[in-house]
Amino acid sequence: MSKLIRPQALPLSVLEAQYYVDQFNATYGDILDRGDYDAWVELFTEDCLYKVIPRENHDAGLPLATMALESRGMLKDRAYGITTTLFHAPYYQRHVIGVAQILNDNGSEIRATANYSVFRTKPGSVSEIYNVGRYLDLFLREGAGLKLKERVCVFDSEMILNSMIYPI
Amino acid sequence: MNIAPSPLPPLDTLPTWQDAGSSRIPFWAYTDPQVYRRELERMFYGHGHWCYVALEAELPKFGDYKISYVGERQVIVVRERDGSLNVVENRCAHRGVRFCQKPRGNARSFVCPYHQWTYKLNGDLAGLPFRQGVKKDDGEVQGGMPADFDMKQHGLTKLKVAVYNGLVFATFDQDAPSFEEYIGADVLPWLNRIFDGRKLTILGTNRQRIPGNWKLMMENIKDPYHPGLLHTWFVTFGLWRADQQSRMVMDEHGRHAVMISQRNAGGEAKAVTEGVTSFKKDMALNDMRLLDVVPEYWWKGPTVTMITLFPSVIIQQQVNSLSTRHIVPSGPDSFDFVWTHFGFEEDDEEMTRRRLRQANLFGPAGFVSADDGEVIEFSQSGFRQKGADGATLCELDGRGVAPTQHMVTETLIRGMYGYWRKVMEL
Ligand code: FES
Ligand SMILES: [Fe+2]
Repeated sequence: MSKLIRPQALPLSVLEAQYYVDQFNATYGDILDRGDYDAWVELFTEDCLYKVIPRENHDAGLPLATMALESRGMLKDRAYGITTTLFHAPYYQRHVIGVAQILNDNGSEIRATANYSVFRTKPGSVSEIYNVGRYLDLFLREGAGLKLKERVCVFDSEMILNSMIYPI
Repeated sequence: MNIAPSPLPPLDTLPTWQDAGSSRIPFWAYTDPQVYRRELERMFYGHGHWCYVALEAELPKFGDYKISYVGERQVIVVRERDGSLNVVENRCAHRGVRFCQKPRGNARSFVCPYHQWTYKLNGDLAGLPFRQGVKKDDGEVQGGMPADFDMKQHGLTKLKVAVYNGLVFATFDQDAPSFEEYIGADVLPWLNRIFDGRKLTILGTNRQRIPGNWKLMMENIKDPYHPGLLHTWFVTFGLWRADQQSRMVMDEHGRHAVMISQRNAGGEAKAVTEGVTSFKKDMALNDMRLLDVVPEYWWKGPTVTMITLFPSVIIQQQVNSLSTRHIVPSGPDSFDFVWTHFGFEEDDEEMTRRRLRQANLFGPAGFVSADDGEVIEFSQSGFRQKGADGATLCELDGRGVAPTQHMVTETLIRGMYGYWRKVMEL
């Protein structure tokens, strides 16, 4: 991955990016944990890319993802699928997203990564570790905030616990 | 290497199938551990059954290997120097160690880490440390294997292998019939339609662990009744529904099957959408690329063929999306479902993108297959709840078994259980 060597003391500009990305990720996790998929769609740019891909494929350079959405329109179609067309047992998600690592910031775009784990809790059941991985992100600075131009969720979990209905 | 199955429990400890025929499947067929044990022995390890292990394109080069499964047994599929493929059991002939731990790789030989017994790629034992003992300075030899130790008797378990137009199957049953014979003349042409010898390209893998009996997945893809009801996308966009021109094909034993159908325009045809809650009259996609279907020259009519090759694999062609779905059972209550999506070397970039986009419909998160895993889990929960007392009911279109020219039928499921009863002697 990146050859970037972190300086001992971060320049203020990196700290600023760090702050923005961490705040964004906190909101992102919260929105998904509350099941607000319309709000989730709004976190992306119009021509965004959202992928959830097994690490096995990612490392081997194979393109197949578990979810691969190439525009905000496709995200909307997924959101509609979740709420209206996909039959499934409900479950809670709980995202725990680690501190982001800022890889690059050119003033308009920020490249960053962050580790995540997602727990699943089904009604009347114990909590399970559902999906563990890493976000590979490209953010666009937009006004005072950020939007996701690209989020690739590369997950370690070698087995999906039955199905994956909600985004990660 | 002796691979004789361990002795089975006497017949009378197994439950009895009360009804005639195969239209009522007792819940114990999905939950009973003794029944499952016999299934492993007879369906996955014996009785001439071939099991899917890989696509050839996953192992292009000499020495390429991957770990796969036949039933619950882990095997290694590996490419020989001469281009042929071997399948050997991943279990050391010395003390039973599962020696290969990397899921994929390239090797010239297999070495068990415990005592470094070394095997050729075909499973033959090539050597072992201290076979002749250890010679001390005074010439005395300590230890070593007995003089009659025969290297030839102590290789890995070798499976019989069939490579068929890019598909790789294996069986522990050395007396199994040829693969073509196993598939049968009725189903083989449908396999040839996809696998005609063209080179495949691998797009990637998805893995899901489904808490249900393995047969439920076979049933699901022998059940043309549900897709137009459970899956909104199928009924709304006309990918699979009861007013389409369809055919249900099976082999002479009723174990393998093909569901064949031709897509129609979708929309509201009252006979098949009225009262169907999954039908969404006004649904439209925000991004049409998810369903950008382009007919391919080799389809020759049908837009979908779902092939179940008993007991281990489903082969899917649904419009431009292609996959093999490998069933790896794990006890009566659970199985792993491994999807390998593929295309053809002749595909241009656009077609590859299209296949990848349409892959959003399939797999563990798929718009039309995530719910299959879900209902299988609910089925198993229901069976457990009712214990040995109940049975499923598969009597749509009668109680007999015969190919049909429509999809309003559960005949393929009855076909499979008719065969199952025979082999299981239950
Ligand atoms: S167990 Fe494999 S070499 Fe001893
Ligand atoms: Fe289905």
